[in-house]
Amino acid sequence: MSDTNSYDAIVIGGGHNGLTNAAYLAKAGKKVLVLEQRHLVGGAAITEELRPGFQFTTFSYALSLLRPEIIQELDLVRYGFMPLLMRSHFAPMENGDYFLLGPDTGLNRQEIARHSKADVDGMERFEHDTARVRQFIRPLFDSIPPNLFSDDPADADKMAWLLKHLGTGNKKVIHDTVRLLTGSIADFCDDYLESDIIKATICSAACVGIKLGPMSPGSGMNWLYLSMGEHDGIGGSWSFHKGGNGGFTQVLARAATAYGAEIRLDSHVDHLITEKGEVKGVALRDGTEFRAPVVVSSLDPRRTFLEIADPRELPADLVETIQRFRFQGVASKVNFALDGLPEYPALSGRADQYLGFINVAPTVEYMERAYDAAKYGWYSEHPYIDACIQSLVDPDMAPPGKHVMSCFVMYTPYELKGSTWQAERENMADRVQATLQGFFPNFNDLVLQREVVSPDIIEAKTGLSEGNIYAGEFFPHQMYFFRPAPGYSDYRTPIRGYYQCGSGTHPGGCVIGAPGRLASQQVLKDLGRAKA
Amino acid sequence: MIRTTPFHPRLAELSQTQMWGNWSGYLSAVRYDLSSKHEYFGVRNAAGFFDTSPLYKYWIRGRDAELLCSFAFARDVRTLKLGRAQYTIWCDDDGFIMEDGVLFRFASDEFLLTAAEPNMGYLKQLSRLYDVEIVDASEDYASLAIQGPRSRDILEVLTPDISSLRYFGFTETKIANTPVTISRTGFSGDLGYEVIIPVADALPVLDAILQAGHPHGLRPYGDEALGMTRIEAGLPLIGVEFNSSRYAWTPDDRFTPDELGLGWLLKGIEDDSRPFIGRDAILRERADGSSRWRTVGITVAWSDFYELFDSRGHLAVPDEIPVAWESMLYNANGKRIGYATSFMYSPILQCHIGIARVKPKYAEPGTDIYLEQTVNHEYINVRATVTTLPFYNPERKTA
Ligand SMILES: Cc1cc2nc3c(=O)[nH]c(=O)nc-3n(C[C@H](O)[C@H](O)[C@H](O)COP(=O)(O)OP(=O)(O)OC[C@H]3O[C@@H](n4cnc5c(N)ncnc54)[C@H](O)[C@@H]3O)c2cc1C
Repeated sequence: MSDTNSYDAIVIGGGHNGLTNAAYLAKAGKKVLVLEQRHLVGGAAITEELRPGFQFTTFSYALSLLRPEIIQELDLVRYGFMPLLMRSHFAPMENGDYFLLGPDTGLNRQEIARHSKADVDGMERFEHDTARVRQFIRPLFDSIPPNLFSDDPADADKMAWLLKHLGTGNKKVIHDTVRLLTGSIADFCDDYLESDIIKATICSAACVGIKLGPMSPGSGMNWLYLSMGEHDGIGGSWSFHKGGNGGFTQVLARAATAYGAEIRLDSHVDHLITEKGEVKGVALRDGTEFRAPVVVSSLDPRRTFLEIADPRELPADLVETIQRFRFQGVASKVNFALDGLPEYPALSGRADQYLGFINVAPTVEYMERAYDAAKYGWYSEHPYIDACIQSLVDPDMAPPGKHVMSCFVMYTPYELKGSTWQAERENMADRVQATLQGFFPNFNDLVLQREVVSPDIIEAKTGLSEGNIYAGEFFPHQMYFFRPAPGYSDYRTPIRGYYQCGSGTHPGGCVIGAPGRLASQQVLKDLGRAKA
Repeated sequence: MIRTTPFHPRLAELSQTQMWGNWSGYLSAVRYDLSSKHEYFGVRNAAGFFDTSPLYKYWIRGRDAELLCSFAFARDVRTLKLGRAQYTIWCDDDGFIMEDGVLFRFASDEFLLTAAEPNMGYLKQLSRLYDVEIVDASEDYASLAIQGPRSRDILEVLTPDISSLRYFGFTETKIANTPVTISRTGFSGDLGYEVIIPVADALPVLDAILQAGHPHGLRPYGDEALGMTRIEAGLPLIGVEFNSSRYAWTPDDRFTPDELGLGWLLKGIEDDSRPFIGRDAILRERADGSSRWRTVGITVAWSDFYELFDSRGHLAVPDEIPVAWESMLYNANGKRIGYATSFMYSPILQCHIGIARVKPKYAEPGTDIYLEQTVNHEYINVRATVTTLPFYNPERKTA
C-alpha cells in the first residue's frame, strides 16, 4: 500500500453533503479524499448542458435550506456562491385566473384580497405563527441530536439542554409546532385561511418529495421542513443559484479543493475495509484500495449500512431498522428546452410571473387526487408540477431569447403496479406536457427538447434508493433522534471510524449541507478525544 | 413643476412602482421593480441601466483648457490621453474636497466634465484668467449608464466599436444613426458603460438599447440599487460620504483627499511642481501627518449580526437598502473612534458592509471595532472588522 493512497479521512460520494463534509475536514487540517462514482460531482445537485447553450438542472433546481453558517464558515462567497432570489410565486387556476405573489407586501395584500379579504390578515398571522415555530425549532435543527440511548455524559447534557429548551417555549408556539409536526397541512391552513387557491399554494410546498397528500397527517411536517431555509434572513425564501444547483456544487468543490481536499471522480466505492470492528479504508469496484482511519459515507442509509458496510458486522436491530426504512420515491423531473416564453392568457405579454416557482396545483383537492394515484401504484392523471424558468432569472442558463424550464413532478411512484418506468416514462412526460399545455396554450409549440427523469433514473444516476429525493422519507419516526435509526442519529455507526453524512441523517434532505457540516463536527470531536 | 429627463416617457412605462425621487429638479427613479434587490441582481448578474441625465455637463474648450484643468482639478490632467476619461476631484485652498466628477478628453484643447453638483459659477470664475470657454451643456445631452456583465454584449450589437474599449476609455460612435459618446465608466464597480446622447435623439437610442438588451435581461434600475452597487464598489457619494467644502459649516464637515480615501488620485504631487488648488495644504498635511481620519471598509460577520437579534428574541432580517444615517463606531473600551457613512447588507457578499471614517490608528485591516445598532429599542454595539475597499471588484470590470 503506497503512502499516496493513505488519508486522514475518506468521504464516499461527492454530492453536496460529501463535499461540505470534506471541506470542513480539510479546513481543519485533515488530509481528505472524496470518492465520487460519476464523472462529475454534485450528486442530486448538478447542471448539465444537454443541448448547446441550454443548462438543465437534471434533479434539484432551487436553493433555500442551505445553512447560512456554511456559507460563512466555508467562505463560499469567495468561491462563487451567488443565490439569485426568486421574485414571484405564481399559481395558475383552472378557471383562467391566478394567484401571484411578489416581493412587495402591500401589493401582495391586494392580490390576496382579490381572492379573500379575510385571508389578508389570515395570511399574515399564518406567516407570523409559522415563523415563530421556525425560530423555536431552529436550535434543534442545527445541532447534532442527542443520542437518547447512550450513557455518555455528553449526551445526558444535551438531553438536559433539549428538555430545558422545550420547557422555555411559549405555549402557543409549542402547540403550533406539534400541530405542524403531526397534522396535515390542509388542516393547518384551514385554521387561518378560506381561499382555496391560497391554501393550495401553501399546501403545494408540503407535497414536495413525500408520499403523502396535503390532507395526510405528516404533510405539515414536510411543509415546516421545507420552510426552514432562508436567504438574507428572510425565512422560507428560495433562490436559483447562479448556474443552477450544479453551479452551487461546483462552488463547494472549489472550496473543498482550496482547503486541500482531493476529489477523485469515476471512483465507485464497492465496500468498506474493516479490521476488528474498526474501519481501515475502502475498496473501489476496480479493486483500488484507499486507507484511512475515518471513512464518512454520504450515501443513503440503505447503501451506507447494507451495501458499503457488511451488514453481518452490524447489530441485527440496526440492520432490521434500516431494512424497513422507507424510501418509496414519488418524484420525477421533466425538463424542457424552450424556444420562447409560455403565454398565460390572463397575463398576456407579461413575464414577471415567471421569476420564481410556477405552481401547477390549482386546488387542494387537485393535489390530493394526484396523490391518490400513487397510493395504488400509478402516476397522476393530472400531476402537481412545480415549474421554474431559471433562464429568466439567470441569463447564462440558455441562449439569448431561449429558455430552460425545470418541472418537478408529483406523484410518480417508484414501483408501478403492472408496468415499469421503462415503459411508462414518456407517457408520464406526455401528461406533464399536456397539463402545461392546458394552462399555457402555446406550450407545445415552444418545446425544443424534453428530458424525462423518472424515479428509476434518479436512483440509477445518483444512487438515491428508490429515487427518494431526500435519501429517505420524511416521516416523524425517520427524523431527528430516529434518522436514520434510533441510537445512530449522531453520525456515528457501530463500526469505529465509519461515519454517515448524507441526507439520510439529521436534519435530512434538500440542498442544505447540514448533515455534512454536523457530521464533520462529530468526526473532529472524536478525533480530538482519541488524541487526548 | 418638476422636470423629466428625455428618457422619461419610456422609463414611466417600464416602472412598476412610479416611485420617483428628485435629482436636481428632475424625476429620478427610486426603483422600477417592486423590490430594488432584484434590480441590483440585474446589474450584478445580467445588465441594468440607470438614467444619469440630471448630471451636470460642462465643456471646457480653448487654448488654455488643459492649463485650467490642471490647476482646477487635483488629479493631474496632463497625462490624460485623447479618448480617455478620468475620475477627478477639486479642492479648496485648504486642501478640502469641494466636489468630484469625471473629465473626458475630446481633443488637446477640449474637455467635458460631468458632475453631480452645479459648478458653472465656479468654473466661470476660475476661467477669467485663462483663454478658455466654459459651456454649460447639461441640457444638451441625456445620459445613460449601462452596467453589468452583459453590458458589453448588448452594446456590441449596436456598435462594434466598443468591443475594444478599455476601462475609462471612450469613443464617439453611432447608435440608431445618432452620434453618441460611449465611455467604459460607471458607478457600479462592474463591467459597464455610459452613453451620452443629444437630447433630441435620446428616446430612439434608448429604444435601440432596450431592444438589444431584452434577450440579455437588461432592466432599468433606480437610486436604491445604484446605492447598493456603489457601496460594494467602495465609491464615495457626495451628500453621503462628504459634502462640498464650499457649503460646510464646521471643520467636521470638511475632508481632505487622504481622509476620504482618495489620496491615490494625487499620485506624484510630491515630485512635480504642478500648481493646483489645495496643493500646498495637502503637501503640508502629508508632511505633518495631520490627517484626522482614514476611510475604510467595515464588515459585520453574519453570525455576529444574527446573534445580536437572536439573543434578544428577534429575527435578524438584514436590509440591503443602504441606511440613510450615520452609525457610530467605538473601540473595545467604548470610546468613539469614528462613524460609518454608508451601511447595508450586501446580498452578493452575504454580510453587512459599510464605508466608514475612523481615527487613523484604527484603520489597519483586520482591526475589530464596534458599530452601534438599534435592537429591541436599545443601542447595542456589534463587532465589525476593518477591511480595505472596494468590497466587490470582479475581474471583468477592467478586463
Ligand atoms: C429530482 C430531485 C429534485 C430535487 N429538488 C430539490 C430542490 O429543488 N431543492 C433542494 O434543496 N433539494 C432538492 N432535492 C433534494 C436534494 O437534491 C438532495 O436531498 C441532496 O442533493 C442530496 O445530497 P447528498 O449529498 O446527501 O446526496 P447525493 O446528492 O445523492 O450525493 C451522493 C453522491 O454519492 C455518489 N455515489 C453514490 N454511490 C456511490 C458509490 N458507491 N461510490 C462513490 N460515489 C457514490 C453519487 O453519485 C452522488 O454524487 C431534489 C432531489 C431530486 C432527486
